[in-house]
Amino acid sequence: MFAETPQVRRKLRQEAVAKWVLSAMAASMIIPLLLIVGYVVIRAWPSLSLGFLVEMPTNNMRDGGVWPALIGTIYLVVLSLAVSAPIGVLAAVYLNEYARDNWLNRLINMAVINLAGVPSIVHALFGLGAFVYAARFGYSIISASLTLAVMTLPVIIASTREALASVPRSFREACWNVGATRWQTIRAVVLPNSISGILTGLILQVSRAAGETAPIMFTGAVFFKSIPRGTPLPYGLHESCMALSMHLFTLATQVPDVKESVPFATALVLLASVLLVNAAAISLRVFLRSRKRW
Amino acid sequence: MSQPHIVVQDLTLAYGPKEVIHGISFQVQRHEIFGVIGPSQSGKTSLLRCLNRTIDFCAEASVAGAITVNGQDVRHVKDVYGLRRRIGMVAPLPVGLPLSIYDNVAFAPRCAGLTKTSQLDGLVEHCLRQAALWEEVKDRLHSLGTKLSGGQQQRLTIARALSHQPEILCLDEFSIAIDPVTTMRIEDVLKELRRHVTIILVTNLTQQARRLADRTMFLWSGKIVELDRSEVVFSEHPANRKTYDYVNGIFG
Repeated sequence: MFAETPQVRRKLRQEAVAKWVLSAMAASMIIPLLLIVGYVVIRAWPSLSLGFLVEMPTNNMRDGGVWPALIGTIYLVVLSLAVSAPIGVLAAVYLNEYARDNWLNRLINMAVINLAGVPSIVHALFGLGAFVYAARFGYSIISASLTLAVMTLPVIIASTREALASVPRSFREACWNVGATRWQTIRAVVLPNSISGILTGLILQVSRAAGETAPIMFTGAVFFKSIPRGTPLPYGLHESCMALSMHLFTLATQVPDVKESVPFATALVLLASVLLVNAAAISLRVFLRSRKRW
Repeated sequence: MSQPHIVVQDLTLAYGPKEVIHGISFQVQRHEIFGVIGPSQSGKTSLLRCLNRTIDFCAEASVAGAITVNGQDVRHVKDVYGLRRRIGMVAPLPVGLPLSIYDNVAFAPRCAGLTKTSQLDGLVEHCLRQAALWEEVKDRLHSLGTKLSGGQQQRLTIARALSHQPEILCLDEFSIAIDPVTTMRIEDVLKELRRHVTIILVTNLTQQARRLADRTMFLWSGKIVELDRSEVVFSEHPANRKTYDYVNGIFG
């Protein structure tokens, strides 16, 4: 009854080929990651030590560590997210839960989409004009953080809207039917059930903010800055700072006769912190998913 | 009968350019079970959404005509949330909110500002008993409402609709997702409730309307074909031939 006709055989062959090709493509994604990480680790090996993390650069940045750059990057990321996360999430809640289809909201939508497509170097110029000069924040951590915040905002809005839209409309209708206001509905049902997606979107922007060089180079990051040891908050907000991405660029292009392993070790610190944050994002997502309630 | 509970006058509803309800008028008496039958796309669900003004959430809908509850026009109600609490609404598919069973029922009272645990406890038990669900869930009130079976979730939805002590209860094809035994249990619940609640029963099951409704309205394409006591609508000789055909499955 289930005879293997030529037609059936062809179908099975197609199925096997499709599966093989698709899985090969997916598996090929592992190769660049392994190559990048492996290459960086091997080249950075001679300079790797705990001291590299917590020491000042010495000898015109040819020796020593990346401490001020690491701290500077943490400053920039935390401050920029402190601005862009609340604004982005709340704006997305408005756009997804309240906004009706009128010209104003279409305009907002268009602004968000286009802002997400602006290259980071243009954000850098905007930050220079708006925050460094017009707002008179000067060449400082504040200007650089705000520039990064403007750059990450549209992506945060987009990812948050997607997370909110994944909550079924029937939940909202059930709430409205028993006399809940929109805000009560959002607080009780919509936000708790989209929080994992929202957080994932936010944390992915952390690694983006940490990695960008152009926006901070124009607005607040310097080649070298000595910071005092032993205080938890060594930078003032109106000072300029060092940053890992910028430091890497400097070492690789501006410093002659630098030991080869130093820029690679810097790259590894940047890569490791970004991967660490991504791993945190994934585990947080897994944790929140496990509590997903429908 | 005294003053009618709900008066609908020349109600017209359009979604954008498409008119779905064409100027219908009827009255619902206090504490009756008012059946609404009709094929899909006849405007039954839209009618309910006009009644509790959740139609406001649909941007392209435009409503004309008046609906009054207790003589008060719902369009001019200031506290629309209070209005919705006076009207319990049960959707066709059960919606257990992703909250605990307890919180599902306590949600509406909490939204209305009731926070005392002692009062909430009593109210939750009362509503779950009314919806014939208490015995099955009393030992696991704090587990998730979404983990219940479909029939249990539908009774949870009914308990939630009763939790704000409505004077009107609207059931929109409540039985399409549940088994006949549960349906019969809920029908018994409705017979009990009608002593102090007005019930609007929208149903695809003409037999259900025949069993429960005092009066039945037959809607077709946004117009009333017939509205009369159920004995008449479901008799051998309703006023309109179409009604007989629909009820007996000869329609179309």
